[in-house]
Amino acid sequence: MTGFDLITDHLPVLTVVIPLIAGFLTPMIGWIDRKLCWYWVMLTMFAVLLMTSSNLYTVITSGTIHYHLGGWTPPIGIEYVIDLLNGFVCLIIAFIGLMVGIYSIESIKKELPNKIIPFYSIFLLLITGLMGMTITGDIFNFYVFLEISSLTAYALIAMGDRGDGVVASFNYLIMGTVAASFILLGIGYLYAVTGSLNIADMQGLLPSIYDNKVVLAALAFFMVGFSIKVGLFPLHAWLPDAYTHAPSAASALIAGLMTKVGAYAMIRFMFSVFTPEFVIDITRMAEILTWAAALAIIVGSVLAIAQSDIKRMLAYSSISQIGYILLGVGLANVIGMQGGLLHILNHSLMKCALFLVAGAIFYKTGIRNLHQFQGLGKKMPVTTTVFLIAGLSMIGVPGTVGFTSKWYLALGSINAGQWIFVIVILISSLLNIVYFWRVFDNIWFGHPHEVEHIKRDEAPLSMLIPMVILAVLCIFFGLFAYYPLHYVLEPLSNALLGIGVLP
Amino acid sequence: MSGIIEIISAEFNYWIYVTLMMIGFYAMIAKKNLVKKVIGANIFQTAIFLFYISLAEVKGGTAPILLHGHDGADVAHEAVNEVIYVNPLPHVLILTAIVVAVSTTAVALALIIKIYQEYGSLEEDVILAYRRQLQPEFSEYARQKQEGEQ
Repeated sequence: MTGFDLITDHLPVLTVVIPLIAGFLTPMIGWIDRKLCWYWVMLTMFAVLLMTSSNLYTVITSGTIHYHLGGWTPPIGIEYVIDLLNGFVCLIIAFIGLMVGIYSIESIKKELPNKIIPFYSIFLLLITGLMGMTITGDIFNFYVFLEISSLTAYALIAMGDRGDGVVASFNYLIMGTVAASFILLGIGYLYAVTGSLNIADMQGLLPSIYDNKVVLAALAFFMVGFSIKVGLFPLHAWLPDAYTHAPSAASALIAGLMTKVGAYAMIRFMFSVFTPEFVIDITRMAEILTWAAALAIIVGSVLAIAQSDIKRMLAYSSISQIGYILLGVGLANVIGMQGGLLHILNHSLMKCALFLVAGAIFYKTGIRNLHQFQGLGKKMPVTTTVFLIAGLSMIGVPGTVGFTSKWYLALGSINAGQWIFVIVILISSLLNIVYFWRVFDNIWFGHPHEVEHIKRDEAPLSMLIPMVILAVLCIFFGLFAYYPLHYVLEPLSNALLGIGVLP
Repeated sequence: MSGIIEIISAEFNYWIYVTLMMIGFYAMIAKKNLVKKVIGANIFQTAIFLFYISLAEVKGGTAPILLHGHDGADVAHEAVNEVIYVNPLPHVLILTAIVVAVSTTAVALALIIKIYQEYGSLEEDVILAYRRQLQPEFSEYARQKQEGEQ
């Protein structure tokens, strides 16, 4: 067991380093045999999943992990910190990555037959970037990982639909560069006033200079930068095109993870770099965020109704779902915060399942327009059932995950005395019914004149397994939301709002 | 009037970086040519690098290279205290950020080549018009339908 003991101390950094090295080795593996790439990615993702689970378990049982890179102590060296928040988000990244990885074998073979090796290489590098963003405790290191994840996402999107993918990717690149530059500028401002780049160190140094204009400007730059990254409503222009025109597997990965990690980063900067008093009382940034989020919830849902391309509809629905996460965060009370954080998990599960279904339907029939889905329920029963479960979950039917987080968000709004947000959540749920019911209606009750020529044919097993697992988890966490809430989110929300300390 | 000039000249490095940044930002938003957008992004990022570098500057400071460091331990300590160095950390950060900016530019240029191959133009208007004509609702369905008709 000595070999295992040797690596247990280094698990935090290995979750970043292993996908990084594996990503660079992928071309070599693919050079031996192209088919080996997928097994290699599976092996890596499985290892990462085990490591992140172990990290989260360690955090729950014995408290926050601090890992000093190269043995240098924090204010000087780079530190990796895993607390409940990023342990939780890392586990989501690893899990969704594994699911999309399993799914990708068939879908990539059909959609990108000549780009299997680059796809898997970039896939692993994207996981590296997202892992690094979540796990790091140093804000400049954070910026570098942010750019790694953005650059790989641009590449993945550019591999999509011929002609459209590259334009979508270029638009995203311009918006993403503005966002990343704003974040870099914010980091520079904070470095100028504190002389530190370590998050924990900075949180201690900042409160004495909260009346400094530079700190206020830094907060503004961070909020605008992250709003672009998560696709908050007025800054969402890159998101629908990028999600629509990426390859199916990449859409599922990017929709499931990118914006969620952006939301994580926003939470981290609001509550860990700055303190809750600063964002809630001094600048009232949290309140501004709730209103922006409420607007995003409504507008995203309304725009989703107008779409006929299923992936584009799901992309607009993502904009509204991001609104839920940020609404919960902005409410800044324990219950609302739990709802928002729980929605990070829920939305990754639901949205990933929905994009995987859209990809499976496209794989089998070549159709993405939802008016052509008539009668698909009889042709692809398992796939469409997954869509039904995930769709009901998006609407927020009791017994699914969507209900739990909406329930907590509504309770949080009532606690904060903001009844209007309860109404916003209700209206948005009704709009969700409108646009999902259109699809359900076509799938289950429509006459199959467009798909008549296709015989009853289910997607391949490697596509069905991840979709079914995600659908089962949608129901599991809907019925047993107690586990994530009790073990992770409740202590976490208290800690973020400065009410209690982390265990 | 002289007050304004004093304010500007006292911290002229910040004024220059803000001006450059706004020029870059304007180019990214307003220019229709995709290459000009990338140039704008580069100016924008370079402005931020200048901001970092000017942060590091200490009046009368030398390059952060240890002087007389090899003369033995005691001498080295005194020598370090005597010399004023500029702050090396922002320089190091910006070296990393330059690498990031270069890779962003590389990806952007690669995308531009693909866009040019696809649409035969780098003007945003032309590309947009071409896409509209190709696919009325920007949707996969419209394209499939069009392909079916042909």
